[in-house]
Amino acid sequence: MKLRRLLAIAYKETLQVWRDPRSLAIALLMPAMQMVLLGYGVSLDIRHVPLCVYDQEQSQASRALIADFTDGGWFDAVAYLPNERALRAAMDRRTCTGALTIPVDFTRVLTSTGAENVQVVFDATDANTTNVATGYAQGIVAQASADFQTRWGQAHAVPPQTRGVVDLQPRVWFNEGLDSRNFIVPAVVAVILALVGAQLTSLTVAREWERGTMEQLISTPVTALELMFGKLAPYFLIGMIDAAFCLAATAFWFHVPFRGSLVTLTVTTALFALVVLGIGYLLSVRIHNQVGASQVALLVTLLPTILLSGYTFPLDQMPVAVQGISLFVFARYYVTILRAVFLKGSPLALLAVPVFALALTAAIIIWLAARAFRKRLD
Amino acid sequence: MSAILARGLTKRFGAFTAVDQLDLDIAAGEVVGFIGPNGAGKSTTIRLLCGLLRPSAGAASVAGFDIARSPEAVRAHIGYMSQKFSLYADLTVRENLRFFAGLYRVPASQFETRSAFAIDMAGLTGREDALVRTLAGGWKQRLALGCAILHRPRVLFLDEPTSGVEPQARRRFWDLIHDLAADGVTILVSTHYMDEAEYCNRIALIDAGRLVAMGSPGALRGRHLGGALFELEGEPLGAALAALRQMPGVIDAAIFGDGLHVLLRDAEGATALPEKLHAQNVTATAPRPIAPSLEDVFVQLVSHRAASS
Repeated sequence: MKLRRLLAIAYKETLQVWRDPRSLAIALLMPAMQMVLLGYGVSLDIRHVPLCVYDQEQSQASRALIADFTDGGWFDAVAYLPNERALRAAMDRRTCTGALTIPVDFTRVLTSTGAENVQVVFDATDANTTNVATGYAQGIVAQASADFQTRWGQAHAVPPQTRGVVDLQPRVWFNEGLDSRNFIVPAVVAVILALVGAQLTSLTVAREWERGTMEQLISTPVTALELMFGKLAPYFLIGMIDAAFCLAATAFWFHVPFRGSLVTLTVTTALFALVVLGIGYLLSVRIHNQVGASQVALLVTLLPTILLSGYTFPLDQMPVAVQGISLFVFARYYVTILRAVFLKGSPLALLAVPVFALALTAAIIIWLAARAFRKRLD
Repeated sequence: MSAILARGLTKRFGAFTAVDQLDLDIAAGEVVGFIGPNGAGKSTTIRLLCGLLRPSAGAASVAGFDIARSPEAVRAHIGYMSQKFSLYADLTVRENLRFFAGLYRVPASQFETRSAFAIDMAGLTGREDALVRTLAGGWKQRLALGCAILHRPRVLFLDEPTSGVEPQARRRFWDLIHDLAADGVTILVSTHYMDEAEYCNRIALIDAGRLVAMGSPGALRGRHLGGALFELEGEPLGAALAALRQMPGVIDAAIFGDGLHVLLRDAEGATALPEKLHAQNVTATAPRPIAPSLEDVFVQLVSHRAASS
C-alpha cells in the first residue's frame, strides 16, 4: 500500500464531495435536520392527553378532582359536557381520547362512607397512549383519595385505613426525571450516523462505474486497499465531524446529562463510523449504480438501527427470536454505549462487551470491503 | 523483444466469442491501427491486453509482462484511454493531472514539467483551472491522452480516441501520436475511420473477433485484392451490380458511393464490360483503373471470409 496513491484518491474524493450538492447536503444538512426532527419529534412521554369531563355534581370536591387531573400537565380538560351521549360523540370525533365522569352524589357518598367511584374511559385505538394515561389516572385518583382519607380521618378522629405499614418510595437512578428524551436523544446520534455514513460511501464507487471513470481507474496500478482507505478517509472525517456536532447538540442543546469520558465516546464513535462507512462502501462496490446502492444502504443500516437497536423499542420486551436477531444489529452496541456513557458515565472497562462487539463488526466489514473490489471488468 | 505479443488470445462471454485465437506481434515504437466494424472485438482485445479482462484462452505479454500472471506490472508500464471519456468532469484540468500523477507516483520533482507538457500538448495553456466538463471534445481527448502519458508508459492503448472529434482535432491528435512513437512509445490505436488507418505503420484488420489481415497500409492494398480494381458508373445501379456479379472474370463487385467498384481477374477484360452490360439493358461508362483503398481491401477480405464460412 502506497501512501501517495491513497492520498491522491482521498484528495480527489474530497474535491468531488465539495463540488457535489447532493453529497454536501447529506454530509452537512442532514445531521442538523435529523437532530431537530428526531430530537424533538420522538418522545415516549405522554403529556396533555385531551380529556372530556362529564361532571354531574359540579361541586367543590368534583372541581378539586378535575384540577388534580389537569394541574400536573398530564391531562387537558378540553370540553365540559352535559350528558353521556355528548361524551360518546366527542370520543367518536376524537375531540378527546379520555372521558372523566364524576357521579351526581360524589360529595355525599364520599363524606358519608369515605369511598366513591369515578369513571375514566379511554379510546384504546392507541394502546400505548391508553396504557400510560391509565397509569397517570390511577396515580392521580390514588393520590386524591389518600389526601381525602387523611383529611376525613382527622375530621372523624379515626386513623387513616389505607395507609399501609410498608410504604414504597420508588427512586430511579441515572435518569432521575424519567425523561424519555434523555434516553432517546443519545441514540438519535447512532441513527443519524448510520443514515449519513452509509449514504455517503454507498455513492462513492458506484459513481465511478456510472460515469465511466472506473475503467480508467482500474487500468492504473492503484490497489484495492489504497482505493478503499483513500475513499473512506474523507468520509470518516465527515462522519466524525457530524458525530461531534450531534453529540454536542445532545449535551448542550437537549441538555442530556453527560457523565462519561470523551475518550470512550470518541473511540466507540470511530468504530461505529467505520462500520457504517464500510457497509456503504461494500454495497457501492457490489452494486454498480448509485440509486441501488443507496437504497440497500438505507435498508441494511437505518432500518435495523431504528427497529432493533433499542433506540425507541425496548429490546427486552421483544420475542426471544427477535432479541436473538438484534445481537447481530451492530447499532445496538453503539446505542448501549452511548446511553451508558451519557447517563451512567460508565468507563471503557465496563463496556468491554459492546465495545468488543463493535470492534469485531468493524474488522469484519472492513475485511469484506477490502476483498470485494476486483480490478477487472469481468 | 516485442512490446505486445499475443498468441491464440481468446475471450468468450458465455456462448459469444468476442476475440477468437488472436495472434499479434508488435515491435517497440510501432504505431499499429486496429481497424474493424463495431463489435469486431477491438475494445475487448485492448481490455485484455490492459489486464482489465481475463483471457478465456491463449496468452499475451505487454512490455515484457504476462497479462494474466502479472497484471499490476503491466498496468505500471502502460497508458490506457478507454473508449468512453473517463476523466473526472467535476475536477479541473490540473486536478485531473495531479490525480493521475499521484496514482502513477510520478516523482514530485517532475510533476510540474510533465503536467506543463501535457497542458501544452492538449492546447489548454491558460485553462488549467477550468472544470473538465466545460471543455470541448477535442480538448478533452487530448487531456485524456496527457493524463495517460504522465508516467511515460512504454506502451499506449488508445480505444477509438478520435470518435466524435471534429476532423481538424483528429489531425492534431494523430500528430501527437506520431510524436510519442518517435520517442519509442509503442501505440495500439483502434479506430473505425478508414482514413486514419493510413497514419499507422501497420494495420490489423479485425472482424468477428478474428484477425483478418495485418501489414502496412501499402502492402495490404497491393497484396490482398488478387486482381485489378476498376471504377464505373452504371444505370440502373442495382441491375448493374447483379449483372457484374454473374459475369465470368469478375471476382467481386460492390457499390461505392454513386458508382461501382469491380475487381477483375485480368485488367484486359475491362474494355469489354460496357458492351456486355449493354446486352443486359444496363448503360455503363468506361471502366477506369483505380488504386484500391483500405476500405476496398477490407470489404474484399470480409466478404471472402463470409463466403468461405
